[in-house]
Amino acid sequence: MSFTILGTGSALPGHIVTNEDLSCMVDTSDEWIRSRTGINQRRVCSGESLTDLAYQAALLALEDSCCGADELDLIICATVSADYVMPSLACVLQARLGAHCPAFDVNAACTGFLYGLDIAAGYFARNPQQKILLVGADAMSRLVDWQERSTCVLFGDGAGAVVLGLGNDLLAIQLSAQGDIEPLYVPNSWGNSPFHQTKESQQKPYLVMDGQEVFRFAVTSMVQTVEQVLHRAGVSKEEIAYLLPHQANIRIIDAAVNRLKLPREKCLTNIALRGNTSAACVAVLLDEQNRVGRFQKGDLLVLTAFGGGLTTGACILRWNK
Amino acid sequence: MSTLDKVVEILAEAKDLKADKITEASTWEELGLDSLDTVELVMNMEDAFGISLEMTEDMKSVGDVVKAIEAAK
Ligand SMILES: CC(C)(COP(=O)(O)OP(=O)(O)OC[C@H]1O[C@@H](n2cnc3c(N)ncnc32)[C@H](O)[C@@H]1OP(=O)(O)O)[C@@H](O)C(=O)NCCC(=O)NCCS
Repeated sequence: MSFTILGTGSALPGHIVTNEDLSCMVDTSDEWIRSRTGINQRRVCSGESLTDLAYQAALLALEDSCCGADELDLIICATVSADYVMPSLACVLQARLGAHCPAFDVNAACTGFLYGLDIAAGYFARNPQQKILLVGADAMSRLVDWQERSTCVLFGDGAGAVVLGLGNDLLAIQLSAQGDIEPLYVPNSWGNSPFHQTKESQQKPYLVMDGQEVFRFAVTSMVQTVEQVLHRAGVSKEEIAYLLPHQANIRIIDAAVNRLKLPREKCLTNIALRGNTSAACVAVLLDEQNRVGRFQKGDLLVLTAFGGGLTTGACILRWNK
Repeated sequence: MSTLDKVVEILAEAKDLKADKITEASTWEELGLDSLDTVELVMNMEDAFGISLEMTEDMKSVGDVVKAIEAAK
């Protein structure tokens, strides 16, 4: 037994930042951003906290699942930008929801939601009769340097959630990690200890990225992990209804879809309006497509993501709603 | 097939260009390729020739890539 998706939800901040807005802040242009990334605009937190977004997404997912917060057996949040280092976003969310179950966060950067699904599958293996809330939420606007044009244009904020329950609709899942700081990292705060003397303690707490290296890693790993899960599940490419890839760059998605030889229509995206929302990406996309009625009962969906770590993950889910 | 012919073929197919318009002297700029196209191109070459290539600033034309592939073989 694995689980089934009982319902989905998502939430985005109200403030829209367009490419034009960004060109007033850094030396960039709508043309550059659109052609290099496929992003037209992104939502960025102004009045909202990340907890607010996670809470909204969770409420909608619970509603879509006809599940009360008090029925939850576990809350997992995938995030790298929680409002607090502690308590975890999951604990803060548990309090806001009025749930009583254990709660913890997972850090696998943009792959966090996939890591969360795999962890949930482990819990379901131990006890199939339970309900788990999994939230992918990030406010990358807090972690990027808004004076660095090569990164601040790429990201947006958001939260996506699923409620998982009794079922057997996770056909295969595959995670990977290739530990390496340099390609993509955000240093943590070192506080004000008078004793720290390391080079790391001097770093600014902003995201640093080697764009081309991540690009290459992303395309290669997406192709590899998707092929691996297809193989594991014994599912052919033709049987896949939709691919829901991490929304980091449309050029990565196009290159990977080309190499996978999947028809482009099967690949769902929302990057143009959302940008890269890190751990929220795939969950937000899943919810948006659920709400427009995209999926038919029985559809096989491939979810895939990559991110800092470097981490990757892919899975095949049967839509059963 | 020569390395040049194969590079031209891969390039034409990947970026929907006319093969007879691509010569050894064609630069990325002339072919309308941006920096991400060239990253993708290098990946395609690595797969096609079974080599590992480093994309550098001074690789600006088809001929430069052909030379780098020959050296990496
Ligand atoms: C970030 C990314 C779009 C940059 O594209 P790129 O082709 O690698 O761009 P480069 O860094 O080579 O920069 C090309 C030029 O554009 C410039 N540039 C960078 N950002 C720019 C911007 N926002 N606006 C205008 N010009 C910009 C660079 O300074 C450089 O100029 P130069 O050639 O005069 O030095 C691309 O590498 C990428 O998407 N990588 C993957 C990132 C990713 O997925 N991260 C998230 C992982 S979860």
